Amino acid sequence: MNKKLLSVPYLFWSALFIIIPLCMVFYYGLTDKNGAFTLSNIAAIATPEHSKALWSAIRLSLISTVICLLLAYPLAMILNGMKTGHDSLTVLIFILPMWMNFLLRTMAWQTLLEKTGVINGILSFFHLQNLSIINTPNAVILGMVYNFLPFMVLPIYNVLTKIDQSVINAARDLGANEVQTFLKVILPLSIPGMVSGITMVFVPALTTFVISNILGGGKILLIGNVIEQEFTQTNNWNLGSGLSIVLMLFIIFNMVISAVTDKEGEVNVL
Amino acid sequence: MKKLFVMLTCVLLAGSVLTGCGGDSSVGENGEVFVYNWGEYIDEETIEMFEKETGIDVIYDEYETNEIMYPRVAAGASTYDVICPSDYMIQKMIDNDLLQELNFDHMPNALANIGSQYYEQARGFDPENRYCVPYCWGTVGILYNTSMVDEPVTSWSILWDEKYDDNILMQDSVRDAFMVALKLNGYSMNTLDRDELETAKNSLIEQAPLVQALVIDQVRDKMIGGEAALGVIYSGEAIYTQRENPNLEYVIPEEGTNVWIDGWVIPKNAANVENAEKFIDFMCRGDIALMNFEYITYSTPNVAAQALIEDEDIRNSEIAFPDLSQYQNLETFIYLGEDGDALYNQLWKEVKSAYE
Repeated sequence: MNKKLLSVPYLFWSALFIIIPLCMVFYYGLTDKNGAFTLSNIAAIATPEHSKALWSAIRLSLISTVICLLLAYPLAMILNGMKTGHDSLTVLIFILPMWMNFLLRTMAWQTLLEKTGVINGILSFFHLQNLSIINTPNAVILGMVYNFLPFMVLPIYNVLTKIDQSVINAARDLGANEVQTFLKVILPLSIPGMVSGITMVFVPALTTFVISNILGGGKILLIGNVIEQEFTQTNNWNLGSGLSIVLMLFIIFNMVISAVTDKEGEVNVL
Repeated sequence: MKKLFVMLTCVLLAGSVLTGCGGDSSVGENGEVFVYNWGEYIDEETIEMFEKETGIDVIYDEYETNEIMYPRVAAGASTYDVICPSDYMIQKMIDNDLLQELNFDHMPNALANIGSQYYEQARGFDPENRYCVPYCWGTVGILYNTSMVDEPVTSWSILWDEKYDDNILMQDSVRDAFMVALKLNGYSMNTLDRDELETAKNSLIEQAPLVQALVIDQVRDKMIGGEAALGVIYSGEAIYTQRENPNLEYVIPEEGTNVWIDGWVIPKNAANVENAEKFIDFMCRGDIALMNFEYITYSTPNVAAQALIEDEDIRNSEIAFPDLSQYQNLETFIYLGEDGDALYNQLWKEVKSAYE
């Protein structure tokens, strides 16, 4: 009984800041301005502007997720190979950027990438071709990869450290070479970490509006930007909520896949 | 007993959450006033002076556009005592019964120091001058970098010139963006005519590939840093940018533009009306208005402050205090009603969707 009591603050917290807001999103999303039931806010995803914004969001976040995965896996292998503990300096270096405000780090990229920015200043000093990716989708992908990479590295690193060394030794004893050991033993065993990493990168990348706003020069309209504008500028909370519900479906779909793969709850980040 | 404990915990938690929002121990001896103003739109020293002189604690919040401010106030999410919206937004707030009438007897400086021509101009959206005290005014025009633009700039059409591909900054706010396109096509910027708006929308879509970025406050830093050749900017920012980068010039295009006024208003649900009046009156004092003008460089309608400006170039500046009679087709935004807003927002979304 005492143990149950300990959960009261958390239950109170989640009711206040998760359940109630979620109910409000569903209420607004399924009603019109006068409070009558309607599905038009959800059907609004089919209009050209909204579906275009949704597809660009899916496209950019998928590309970012793939890049993150390709960068993070070798990185996690290297980290694991160093045989250092969780509290090592190397791991700290990867987590360190997360101590700084996410908005500031993204703004810093704006300053770095600008036409007259730091990177181009250095490039012109050496008479090299200037970089012009600011205010393009590529800058947004860069921002997503930069911001979400640690969320991919850590879960993969976590599962890799948990793989029993004797399993790998057994594979070697039975005549598997490096590549076979990796493909047949290490890779399959690390799938839960990859799936968890994919969720943790894909979901925030899909819903972001800050990165696209700052690095896209306000020109890249992702579904997150549309929803943000419905709430803050257009004052149409019904439409904003309706589109949020559509976005939630994608997130839930992603979560289900991750839950199925990670049945045993092996992946415990941080 | 256990139930009681649970309830107690909940009550304590709720209590701490609720009081957490309401400002802490440092309440001024004469109460407080909640001010909601544009970003970087005041010399913060004047707030400290106000606090010292009156003993009223100022809780100061900022917003970036009228459209961001409105839902917060309309939803009653936060109650402010003084807000500083623009012309058309003041009208919308009056129409939606969000503002209270001002008592000018409590604000002698507002009556004495603000030029009568500005009150007259404010009648466009506040017909009997009952709701707002003008704080700043100005025009919207093109800021250009003379090291990148050789030709004389006279028309909005230069923003559609392919020579300046990736060198143009537009405003990221619906009415300002449409103002440029509507004026370019020779229409009123308050139009509700479907065909005119479609034409303006198509102009903006046609311009989209040339635009480097949609900006609000960042236009200032980007133009100073030489990021772009041309930018749509508020006249008040122009003087500041020129101080930082002498290559920048400001021009009011010949097709006409927006002459705007931002004014202090008191919302209906204000809790500290008396302090709000004191705040507005303080801001209308000549010396205070001068401090604010010198800091934010937006034209002040305060004639007492205008007379105190020492720098003759600024006092006679065409940017700060233009002779409006020599320009044509100047207009002030009016509120277009809920349907009008919805129409503009829909068209704006179609434009924004075309940028990438």
